Amino acid sequence: MSEVFNPQILAFCCKYCAYAAADLAGSMRISYPANIKIIQVPCTGRVDIIHLLKAVEDGADGVYVAGCIEGECHFVEGNIRTRKKVEYVKEILKELDIEPERIEMFNLSSAMGPRFAEIANEMTKRIIKLGQSPVKNNKGAK
Amino acid sequence: MNDMKSGSRLEKVLKAGHFAFTGECGPPKGANVEKLKEKMSPLKKNVDAVNITDNQTAVVRMASLAASAIMVSEGMEPNYQMVCRDRNRLAMMSDILGAYALGIRNMLCLSGDHQKFGNHPEAKNVYDIDSMQLISMVKQMRDKGEFLNGEKIDDPPRLFIGAASNPFADPFEFRIHRLAKKIKAGADFIQTQCIYNMNKFRKFINMAVDMGLTEKCYILAGVTPLKSAGMAKYMASKVPGMDVPDHLIKRLKDAGKGKVAEEGIKISLEQIEEFKQMKGVAGVHLMAIEWEHRVPEIAKRAGMLPRPAV
Amino acid sequence: MIIADRKPIEEIFEMIKEFDKILIVGCKGCVTVCNVGGAKEVDILAAILKIGRKKKQKPLQIDEKTLERQCDLEYIAQIKDTVNKYDAVLSMACGVGLQFLAEAYPNQKFFPAVNTKFFGGATAHGIWEERCAGCGICIVHYFGGLCPIARCSKSLMNGPCGGSAEGKCEIDKNVACIWDLIVRKKMEHERLDDLLDITPAKDWRSAKDGGPRRRECKELIK
Repeated sequence: MSEVFNPQILAFCCKYCAYAAADLAGSMRISYPANIKIIQVPCTGRVDIIHLLKAVEDGADGVYVAGCIEGECHFVEGNIRTRKKVEYVKEILKELDIEPERIEMFNLSSAMGPRFAEIANEMTKRIIKLGQSPVKNNKGAK
Repeated sequence: MNDMKSGSRLEKVLKAGHFAFTGECGPPKGANVEKLKEKMSPLKKNVDAVNITDNQTAVVRMASLAASAIMVSEGMEPNYQMVCRDRNRLAMMSDILGAYALGIRNMLCLSGDHQKFGNHPEAKNVYDIDSMQLISMVKQMRDKGEFLNGEKIDDPPRLFIGAASNPFADPFEFRIHRLAKKIKAGADFIQTQCIYNMNKFRKFINMAVDMGLTEKCYILAGVTPLKSAGMAKYMASKVPGMDVPDHLIKRLKDAGKGKVAEEGIKISLEQIEEFKQMKGVAGVHLMAIEWEHRVPEIAKRAGMLPRPAV
Repeated sequence: MIIADRKPIEEIFEMIKEFDKILIVGCKGCVTVCNVGGAKEVDILAAILKIGRKKKQKPLQIDEKTLERQCDLEYIAQIKDTVNKYDAVLSMACGVGLQFLAEAYPNQKFFPAVNTKFFGGATAHGIWEERCAGCGICIVHYFGGLCPIARCSKSLMNGPCGGSAEGKCEIDKNVACIWDLIVRKKMEHERLDDLLDITPAKDWRSAKDGGPRRRECKELIK
């Protein structure tokens, strides 16, 4: 019998849109996987390349950044700049022979509770398919 | 030699006021002397002098110095081309002395296409001196009998100095001044880039006449027969500094199957006729790229034969 | 500014494959300004290398240090007590910094994490372009403040060549023809006559062609 893989997924969510949407999903009683560990940031612009890399280094199976819809960032351009950082980290992962799909960026508004849950489900499914991060210590946890 | 600079056939033809006719020959990609002689032979007696290219488009071929010397031994007159891309001033002066010693009497001083275009793009860029400085250096060697550093030369090279001019490159307004500069530096004759836009060239040559340049230097108009509409389109879009009017491309397209090459030659013949009548144009430089075997026919049909006795 | 570019990750892994404990040294000078070798980039490179080695199950211990400048003996002296404690050291500074380190610490192995490219500046955020070739005798004032040695692909001093088309160099549509710019500037200022005299052949002795160079400031030498 195969063991169920419970992926560890980190989600950097901006306070003004993504985190608010997460709250809304909660009050709307829409469930989303418990694997998602949310980290609130004032703006996705606060998320830097090093944060994404550290997450991967420390064994996260997947990492995503969720911010405001492009053009509607509370801090004007933070989300657009971070999209470029996410693209850069994807390139790095490719060079390291790690699936670039483990990292992603999403955009949504604070009113989109259901969308927040949808994203969480989508990433979880994706990571389960990809399997455990190749960076995790292979001794111990299976 | 009296007041001849080099005594070359080309110089004599131009000085006597005849309409000069020069051709071009690219050396082989090897030491194949037979192949080289084969390429040269259709040009014999059909042109006054033949340009021998120097690693053209930065593709390695037999040295223009050697190929020019072989041409001399075959009884023909080369225009020895030297580009600035591959040699420093030492090698250049040394080769110039060697060229003269081997019987070469005409020399063309060119910048040379960047090595990026060629088959050894990894090579180091030389460009110790540029074409303007090269022209000036050859003149110093010939007229003052001095190396670039002022030292005396034991039996100086007496070469007829040529340069290139591209009236269609940018910035257009400066091209006539660059031509003037090359003449001031010491160019005795100029060969232009191949011309298709006759109107634009007419403007250019008129400016040259007005500035008195055509009295100091002989300008030969470049002609390259178009083999197909494809070739015309390629030159129009892919070759930097080339101006090919649409009506010519159309003429070739409309020529009909099997008749395109003939139409291309007709266009060239029309151009040559015009150049013969154009004030300021001292001759034509025919660049029949990979079409050397058609040169005798073109020369005949253009009324260039026989070449004048000088 | 000296502009550099990080070496491909593959190449860096290859350099350090035998080692288990390394130091990455950054520099707050030029490489920080061109976003390739400052403290931030040292952090990022360390994370990348650790991820790669963890994946290969050959963990790598990395320490990080960023110096004010690696081209200054006083600053590189700051690591004298720790530098030899590592299997090797990766420097993210330009070739100058790396060599200063190698000379100061002959018992340690130093590897370049970046490829030093050219002297240039930021023409826009994130874009750096070459401006100077270090030829040793500056003549840009003759060309309207533009340098043909560094910015002409053929270093022509009496350009442009016949390959200049629509203001672009024949080698690449994205490279401006500096001679086109020089001529247009002179025409705008009605000083085209400046370009009608022939600029004579350059004396390359002051450039790298004359051999490795040195500058002395006599009043400062002890």
